[in-house]
Amino acid sequence: MAKKFKNKTLAWLDYRLPIFSVLREALVDHPTPRNLNYWWNFGSLAGITLLIMIVSGLVLSMHYVPHVDHAFDSVEHIMRDVNYGWLIRYIHSVGASMFFLIVYIHIARGLYYGSYKSPREVLWWLGIIIFMLMIVSAFLGYTLPWGQMSFWGATVITNIFTAIPLIGDNIVTWIWGGYSIDNPTLNRFYSLHFLIPFLIVGVVFFHIVALHKFGSNNPTGIDLTNKKETIPFHPFYSIKDFFGFGVFFTIFALFIFFAPNVFGHPDNYVPADPFITPSHIVPEWYFLPFYAMLRAVPHKLLGVIIMLSSIFILFVIPWLDTCKVRSSKFRPIYKQFYWIFILNFFILMWVGSKVPEGYYLIISQIATIYYFSHFLIMMPLLGKFEKTLPLPDNIFIMSTKK
Amino acid sequence: MSRNIFFYLIFSFFFLIFLSFKSYSADTLSLKKQSWTFSGLFGRYDTSSLQRGLQIYQEVCSTCHGLKRLRFRELEAIGFTNEQIKEYASTFEIQDGPNDQGEMYTRPGNPEDTFISPYQNEQEARAAFNGSYPPDLSLIIKARKKGPDYTYSLLTGYVDPPNDLNLSDGLYYNPYIEGKVIAMPPPLYDAVIQYIDGTNPNLHQLTYDIVSFLNWVAEPELEARKSLGLKVIIFLIILTSLFYVTMKNIWSRINNK
Repeated sequence: MAKKFKNKTLAWLDYRLPIFSVLREALVDHPTPRNLNYWWNFGSLAGITLLIMIVSGLVLSMHYVPHVDHAFDSVEHIMRDVNYGWLIRYIHSVGASMFFLIVYIHIARGLYYGSYKSPREVLWWLGIIIFMLMIVSAFLGYTLPWGQMSFWGATVITNIFTAIPLIGDNIVTWIWGGYSIDNPTLNRFYSLHFLIPFLIVGVVFFHIVALHKFGSNNPTGIDLTNKKETIPFHPFYSIKDFFGFGVFFTIFALFIFFAPNVFGHPDNYVPADPFITPSHIVPEWYFLPFYAMLRAVPHKLLGVIIMLSSIFILFVIPWLDTCKVRSSKFRPIYKQFYWIFILNFFILMWVGSKVPEGYYLIISQIATIYYFSHFLIMMPLLGKFEKTLPLPDNIFIMSTKK
Repeated sequence: MSRNIFFYLIFSFFFLIFLSFKSYSADTLSLKKQSWTFSGLFGRYDTSSLQRGLQIYQEVCSTCHGLKRLRFRELEAIGFTNEQIKEYASTFEIQDGPNDQGEMYTRPGNPEDTFISPYQNEQEARAAFNGSYPPDLSLIIKARKKGPDYTYSLLTGYVDPPNDLNLSDGLYYNPYIEGKVIAMPPPLYDAVIQYIDGTNPNLHQLTYDIVSFLNWVAEPELEARKSLGLKVIIFLIILTSLFYVTMKNIWSRINNK
């Protein structure tokens, strides 16, 4: 497999520690389906965003002070006194939104093309674990500036744990490190916010190992049988990824430089005050669909269970989806339901920003029910009754079309 | 090619949806939208407006509101010389210490000092202002939704209360603030101050100047940010185009077979 390296030093080292041949196999020679469309760019985009978040976060950590009396001021110190501090901080705060945007599209692509189906179930699981770590990390990171929304967001989210029967209150006290959200809470949140990105890097590594075991899925969803159907990753997909980076960085930069606070909440420019509750506590936009499901149920514990299930259900969809055909391109009925599901997700996002009363509550309940019925009813039943279109013999039919 | 356009359209569509979510809390009253010199891609501060704004802050706002995140030296950015700043800063008394005898003392302000709040702490402010707390104005524009237009509307939005509303003393009616009742008396009105530069101090001019000034205090990096942003965007568009051409070139090796 591994070609010998011409450089003797490289060859000597690689013989003993095969990092170069592994890297070459993964990033250069890796056989990749030749018909991947632009939706396959979002994996590498997520990777580069993770890297940007870690580097910008590391620089921020050199100036940030995790103390209730100094956190807000230290963030403003970064904004005003640190050279290009505003740039680093806006990269990090806008970057969080970009990361979720990218990952949501990445997940949506996997859902559309059936990338979770056998033999890629573990690859899919690792992706969900990354997503869950991202959620935790984003929540922790949002508390760090110690503004009003940081403090009250942390209050709402940590109070979720009081729903646990019997030991709920003790668990919350344990999480807070005291009887209220205070300095110990901020300290541990900072510490964990620093740790989790590196855990994500670790899971990403396994995500890539699992990906390279069977290779990428492709828009047709069929297994590759012929060597001619693949091309080496480099230069074909490396250059395509770079083009994707360029488009993404342009959009990213537009937000950083011209609308840096558009994803944030104005209340977070007010220092945290435990005695003044904001009139309307809303999480960041990327949590809104799950927040909507939490509040759709009037019962606290049940709401929490529903919200957690909405993510955990993703683990079992490789088995809930009984259809053997992967790509929705060949599933005319499922395809319609897919787009309704996406629309429903946006409805959840919208209704999550509203106060759960009157029509908003009813809409959020219907949308929550639909969210689960997509996985629990549509997926198993369509797999049995849907008449799928005939699959092509090879991927060329799609790739030569243009 | 048409597929690329489709791709961009999808992308911008999603972004528009996300942006529209920003307007979640229902606006009961539409804001008085102004055309700010600092908005838009090429937005810049008007230094003479900012200097007038500083004068308003000094003569009107600073009676009750602090500006604790602004340092005197930063005034260089709005057109003051180092000598002017030193002189201006030295007119303030700053508490410092302790000295070698362990005592606190006061000294004239230096350019690296921050503006001084009119009260020591929140409790003192609340005691002085009948229970309400005039917030520090350093970040006020960023701390309100659509900050500049909101602040403009609030400052020019005082009207008589409806007949069925009895306001106690020291409270005023303003439909732009949440709850519509505010403890701040109308701070600005025609000719509340005389501008040093002779500009006509009507309510619109006064409000425009103070909001511009406060926006600068909240976002002193705005000009640097936007001018760097334009360069970065132009660079990225060129770089992305080069990637695109290269990609097409490389892929033509297999697509034309």
